[in-house]
Amino acid sequence: MSVKDKVVQIIADQGLLDVTDVTLEATLDDLGIDSLGVVESIFAIEEEFDIEVPFNANAPEQSDFDISSVASIVLAVENLVAEQT
Amino acid sequence: MNRVVITGAGTINALGATVPQTLEAMREGRLGIGALDFRDVERLSIKIGGQVHGFDAEAHFDRQKLGLYDRFTQFTLIAAREAVAQSGLTYSDELAETSGVVLGTAAGGMNTWDDNFRSVYEEGKNRVHPFVVPKLMTNAATSHVSIEFNLQGPSLTVSTACASSNHAIGLAFQMVRSGMARTMIAGGSESMLTFGGIKAWEGLRVMSKTACRPFSANRSGMVQGEGAGVFVLETYVDAKARGAGILAEIVGFSMTSDASDIVMPNKDGAARAMRGALRDARMDMSEIGYINAHGTGTAANDKTECAAIVDVFGGHADQLMISSTKSMHGHLIGATGAVELLACVMALRDGVIAPTLGYESADPDCALDVVPNTARDAKVTGVISNAFAFGGMNAVLALKAV
Repeated sequence: MSVKDKVVQIIADQGLLDVTDVTLEATLDDLGIDSLGVVESIFAIEEEFDIEVPFNANAPEQSDFDISSVASIVLAVENLVAEQT
Repeated sequence: MNRVVITGAGTINALGATVPQTLEAMREGRLGIGALDFRDVERLSIKIGGQVHGFDAEAHFDRQKLGLYDRFTQFTLIAAREAVAQSGLTYSDELAETSGVVLGTAAGGMNTWDDNFRSVYEEGKNRVHPFVVPKLMTNAATSHVSIEFNLQGPSLTVSTACASSNHAIGLAFQMVRSGMARTMIAGGSESMLTFGGIKAWEGLRVMSKTACRPFSANRSGMVQGEGAGVFVLETYVDAKARGAGILAEIVGFSMTSDASDIVMPNKDGAARAMRGALRDARMDMSEIGYINAHGTGTAANDKTECAAIVDVFGGHADQLMISSTKSMHGHLIGATGAVELLACVMALRDGVIAPTLGYESADPDCALDVVPNTARDAKVTGVISNAFAFGGMNAVLALKAV
């Protein structure tokens, strides 16, 4: 599975959705994922890819990790994975 | 209905080992937050906190007793001794039978959990010390206070996360007011600054790596502290009759539940608690001059709390001073309301408003007088102290100068 597919799977699991319902343009809010769900998704991403995600729930917009859409999350995770290898 | 006053106060926290030391630090706007120092701290991403450094437990307790006292119990007893000594009360006969203790804590004996889990899981030991259970139970501190001072009346531990102490003090207030108890010891204690304790909080991603900056636009989250605050409550009539010094009068208490979210605060629940405290105190909002804010330094709390204050106080909100001393001693979780009540006593008795430290830039959602960075001289006769816990449980105390 690609990084994108794995991230989409994690987000789908969090939102209790089918992976086909998770579009790249969607925001987490669109998918019904609240602030606690965001924190849980990031935890799942860290566990899946064995990476550290720089994310402060207190000020998501100021974090280095862009969660504004599914696409931005996929891109951020791809970058973190690439940095690690 | 009895009038209820505070005749003794005690504390130990990152700002000081006594009430006078703590109030001096608050007046001077001193920072008690610094580098954490405990086992495995290097494996944490959060490395700052309001830790009590240089604490020598053996200077306060003999070794036999220490075997039964988790750090949160040690803090409690030290604070209780200071409070009882100041009150001048000695508990015997009828007074002992009609006096009790209500204390708050969120985690109880976290150090004992942490040490013993490490021992059996990490080190693979198959035997633990026989006192593990009586040491870690959340009511251990309450029980040891009752034992040390011979308090035989109503006693219990309250655990409502960050509102534990306010709930404890509020319940004790109601017991004395109603005549259920003659005097009460009340407050709270917390010692969660352990590897496991901070690791758990890291998971929520609301902790700051740098500083606690309540109400400041550049805030980056909360910082944990540890310690205890303990008070002696009795009736105004009794205190006057025996010539005791009165620190302040507790006049109102309210508790509400948001019934909405397990971590996100709720403006209406907070506002209802503040309104309820004023109603219980039979005070008009214009009588309030200072609010000791919950002020955790998270965006969610600070914005919601300020909106709730504006909701309750309307135009009078601009006349209020509001500060969060968590900026100095950190968030003491289950003990925080007790230590913060000291700032309320200082406002009412000494006419000094403790500052909100670390304030650097205005947040339009928190456009109130947050007493930034420097303490202020001001005469106030009425205050409220807010505590809004995870789980949506809110507890607000109202106090007056005597």
